[in-house]
Amino acid sequence: MVQDVIVSVLLIGGALMSLAAGIGLTRFPDLLSRMHAATKPQVLGLLLFLLALAVENGSWVLVPILVLCWIFQLLTSPVSAHMVGRAGYRTRHLQRELLTLDELDDIVAKAADEVDGRAAGDDRARTAGTAGSPAGQDDSPTAGPPDRSEA
Amino acid sequence: MSRQRIPLITELPLVIWLVLVWGALWQDFSAGTLVFGAIIAYVVVNVFYLPPVELTGRFNILWLIPFIGRFLVKLVAASAEVFWLALTRGPRLRNAVVAVELRSHSDFLVTATGHAISLIPGSLVLEVDRSTSTLYLHCLNVTSSEDAEVVRRDVLATEAWLVRIMGTRADLASLRAEEARR
Repeated sequence: MVQDVIVSVLLIGGALMSLAAGIGLTRFPDLLSRMHAATKPQVLGLLLFLLALAVENGSWVLVPILVLCWIFQLLTSPVSAHMVGRAGYRTRHLQRELLTLDELDDIVAKAADEVDGRAAGDDRARTAGTAGSPAGQDDSPTAGPPDRSEA
Repeated sequence: MSRQRIPLITELPLVIWLVLVWGALWQDFSAGTLVFGAIIAYVVVNVFYLPPVELTGRFNILWLIPFIGRFLVKLVAASAEVFWLALTRGPRLRNAVVAVELRSHSDFLVTATGHAISLIPGSLVLEVDRSTSTLYLHCLNVTSSEDAEVVRRDVLATEAWLVRIMGTRADLASLRAEEARR
């Protein structure tokens, strides 16, 4: 009886965390904030589900593999979030006006200019143009990157 | 291209970890499974080896246990915060990319810190500068420089915990000195 209550609380908690991730994915405005929704509640949600499994199962045999599941989730989820975030930032899949502070912008721009000024500049203009306007009206390579004008 | 041999003592933590994974996957920690797992782990480590992970030679379990507790509490708080922001702010969310310069220059510790802070104060590691061990983090709901300062302090606190658990002696000494100055 007590076990059933604990298991149901844990399962409902885990399901709520999945719900949180889902709501976050639909409501957050850009890729990077959506990655937050996809990592944190998911890790906690999986933990709650695994705990529910352990309590329901009631034996110690299953515990090591459940711990292993969670450790692998802990190890992989930040890495995948980092890779998606890094790629998203570099290809300008973010809404810059939603950032109140960006301490990486100058450094990335400087590094890109050092590597290959002209090619990188054209590339940036193109990706920024397509990301900024889905219709792609100002998709010409001569147009400067719009998000660099204020810097 | 041959590489220099890695001494057994350096790869021992990796072998032990692989044996534990093997036992967990079989759900059987009897001697036979473990011995066979150890043989497989040794072969795997030597045939498919990765660049060696440079451990720091310290591990303090007394700091690890409260760290796990703090981690779980903060994980619940961070998840609840994301849930709350998704419900109340949603599309009106404002974020920031904050640079945090870590104290430690050990790759291992920077990686561990990056992993931990991806999950606990609600940030996402966008970029790592290895030469200065600076992490560039994307943080939810940061609207002012005070908020960014809070994030920075939080990250440095997490790093301090990890230094106490498994930082190098030099890092630990500089952390102690920093605390004594305060």
